[in-house]
Amino acid sequence: MRYFHRDPPASSTSAIDSDWILVFVCWLIASVSALGSLFFSYVMEFAPCVLCWYQRICLFPLVIVLARGLFPFDRHVVKYALPLAAIGWLLAAYHNLLYAGIVPASLQPCSQGVSCTEEYVELLGFLSIPMLAMLSFTALLGILITLRRRTRQ
Amino acid sequence: MKRALFAGSALVLVVGFWLGASYYKEWRTAELGFLAQESASTFVRPHSPTLGSEDARVYIVKFTDPACETCAAFSKYTKEAMDAFPGQVRFVVRYAPFHAGADDAVRILEAARLQGKFWETLELLYRRQDTWTRHHRVLIDEIWPLLPEVGLDVERVKADMMDPRITAIIEQDLADAKELGVRRTPGYFVNGKPLEPFGARPLGALIKAEVRAQYPD
Repeated sequence: MRYFHRDPPASSTSAIDSDWILVFVCWLIASVSALGSLFFSYVMEFAPCVLCWYQRICLFPLVIVLARGLFPFDRHVVKYALPLAAIGWLLAAYHNLLYAGIVPASLQPCSQGVSCTEEYVELLGFLSIPMLAMLSFTALLGILITLRRRTRQ
Repeated sequence: MKRALFAGSALVLVVGFWLGASYYKEWRTAELGFLAQESASTFVRPHSPTLGSEDARVYIVKFTDPACETCAAFSKYTKEAMDAFPGQVRFVVRYAPFHAGADDAVRILEAARLQGKFWETLELLYRRQDTWTRHHRVLIDEIWPLLPEVGLDVERVKADMMDPRITAIIEQDLADAKELGVRRTPGYFVNGKPLEPFGARPLGALIKAEVRAQYPD
């Protein structure tokens, strides 16, 4: 029991702090993305396509899982968050290829209702919704991989 | 410190979402009001079926899908408004056939219109919707036996419904729906003002407010 009451070395405290900040930033990115996607569908009333839903399945749990890992800080949260971010990234990548027309549309798994390639918004002239998802998942994946490397050292 | 940072961020996010939503709705309403003045034809096309007095100053525009359950449930509210404000309200039907196969139902409606039975057929399709829609799909073969009830010549309906003029009407209405941001049905506009939030009570209030504004005495 005594072991747990020992003060950790000073260097490791600062490592915890910077790791904590990174997880916190991941949580921020996930939360902004989740609220953004809800804004598109419930405020602007864009119907989400099937691929969007698959990406949300990976995104929404991150908000809760990452927040849970912050208090008290648990490095193992990376273990649970990383697969979600990786799968979300793959789906977002596929969605962007489809949207750009690189993957032929006949392969798309969309229902008749909402097309995955319908253009809704182009922020600043180039940022489409699939692109925003891609940026968000890329940032999440990048930070989570960095965290995993640090933990392994 | 960390908890404060977390709680503060969460609060900022939620408040930001809420402010963004109300700002967007206001902006959208203002933009549609402008559109109603500048290009009224986006709301009412010459081909659109209308009901009520020519002189009415309050236009209720309904983007509807004959296969949409909420459209059927809401049809009584516009009837109530027409009865409550006789001569002051005009009702306009626009098509937004979003359900699979719903454009066929619209074609039948337009063909019925050629026989002078538009409103009867619309009422019939709404009332018997459960017999000709299943899992949000239109079963067109279930519609035919219903039509004689309102005195329609079914063979003539079948012959007329593929008229390219009907196709043009549907395409125009869908284009206008997109322009006006109608993504769900029914989509209501009262003198260009969108129904926001959606509901029977807000619809009644919006119509009443617009009648008061147009007929102050």
